[in-house]
Amino acid sequence: MGGNPITDGGASGATPPTPQSASSAEPVVIFEDVSIGFEQKPVLENISFQVRPGEMRILLGPAGVGKSVLLKLTNGLLRPDSGRIFVFGKEISAMREQDLFEIRGAIGTVFQEGALFDSLTVRDNVGYRLLEEHIPDDEITARATEALRFVELEGTLDKFPSELSGGMRRRVAIARAIVTNPKLILYDSPTGGLDPITSTTIIELVMKQRDVSHTSSIVVTHRLQDAFVLAMHCFDLANNQMVPLPPHQTDPNTSFLMLHQGRLVFDGTTKELVNSQDPFIHEYIS
Amino acid sequence: MALDTIDAAARRGVLAVQEYALLSGRAVSNIFRKPFYRSDVFMQADIIGVGSLPIVILTGFFLGGVLALQSAATLTQFGAAAFTGQLVSFSMIKEIGPVVTALMVSGRNASGMASELGSMIVTEQIDAMRALGTDPLKKLVMPRIVATVVMLFFLVILSDAVGILGGGFVSVSMLGQDGSQYFHTSYQSLEFPDILQGLVKPVFFGFIIATIGCFYGMRTRGGTQGVGRSTTQAVVWSSILIIITDFMISRFLIAIFGR
Repeated sequence: MGGNPITDGGASGATPPTPQSASSAEPVVIFEDVSIGFEQKPVLENISFQVRPGEMRILLGPAGVGKSVLLKLTNGLLRPDSGRIFVFGKEISAMREQDLFEIRGAIGTVFQEGALFDSLTVRDNVGYRLLEEHIPDDEITARATEALRFVELEGTLDKFPSELSGGMRRRVAIARAIVTNPKLILYDSPTGGLDPITSTTIIELVMKQRDVSHTSSIVVTHRLQDAFVLAMHCFDLANNQMVPLPPHQTDPNTSFLMLHQGRLVFDGTTKELVNSQDPFIHEYIS
Repeated sequence: MALDTIDAAARRGVLAVQEYALLSGRAVSNIFRKPFYRSDVFMQADIIGVGSLPIVILTGFFLGGVLALQSAATLTQFGAAAFTGQLVSFSMIKEIGPVVTALMVSGRNASGMASELGSMIVTEQIDAMRALGTDPLKKLVMPRIVATVVMLFFLVILSDAVGILGGGFVSVSMLGQDGSQYFHTSYQSLEFPDILQGLVKPVFFGFIIATIGCFYGMRTRGGTQGVGRSTTQAVVWSSILIIITDFMISRFLIAIFGR
């Protein structure tokens, strides 16, 4: 799992970002005592947490613990067996599937393998929501190009997903998620299966979205390295790259959740995580 | 243990029927709700209808031909070879045209739908579509149902016509019958209930092909192996249901019209 970057001294160099969310602001996501199981086996039990506006929650946990299930509960792709889920103040766990489509329009989702539509070009993939809203073709092309420029792939407009590398597909998936400026983005293992250099590029984009657009997000990952890079760096728009925060400082808008055996065993800041005395957390991050 | 297995299998069966009914019901109700994916309906109509033309024409023609060959051999024994045209048109329009065309389209399109939607399920494209605010039942299933029902209706009419032509070709060129007599008996013996039976069946068969193909596609689990399994099940079950439904419609319409 690597060393502990915060207790080891951290990095140096950038102006610390300020917290985006006022503590009084209504949370974007609220989980209240949520449980779900499949084929009579419990997967998540009594999960409760919140995501405030502009906040990034990094969800850690071993493989198969239910991280992706939690994301699918957040955008209503799965329904909880018990408990309540609120997104943008609406209880999505009590809504009909037809009514959920509107709410999902304000949520961007980056799936584990990208989940691009393989029969559509990159332009149509990125502009899918806009196509569904019957926005004029020129505007779709312009907005898709703008989103692709954000992920530095504006030259791939007419390519098909099969013509792109794994990392490029993941970046197109990010472009698709941000094209409509959603208020919440769900990243499901955005760096899973990618080489370290490509992973860094993806993490930089996730950070850019956090620090430039201040979008609330939940980032699922089992790569601790990615999680700490997000917590200890900020995006410098002037130089278009991420820079380390001053020593012992962490991003105030980034905090952690950790799942273990279907339960939420940690909900707190980066410093609380690294100083946790819980044996499982200690072993996980050491 | 055996009872537990039977119990579990029965539960799975009932659950599958319930899921099938829900999927079909929601997909049909989507026809009347906006947005109506007109371009998707046309695209599917092209794939299902125009794409199936070669197999439907070929099978229809040769089925008509073989019907003429077989029936003429029997009818000649009773000195009734002149009724070959009537027998071919009856068989083609009431039974063989709708059933064989539906089975051919099922083999080609129910499998295609199951594998296409199944692949989308295992690569999370369906989840992505839902996450992007689009109802896959409206965008993917509804156009396939509408296109299959409409196109199968016309494909069956075409198959009937080509089958009668095939029978005529064989009767005239190989059996030495009079062409005028063949087509005259083919046409004159037909009555409204015969035509109705031939036109009602493809509507039901088209619905079965599309809903079963989409149902198995949408419930695919287990990667590429699961896609293969869904494809096979879609063809098997749509074929079985087509033949059972054919019997039920025939029985029902014969009871009403007496023929």
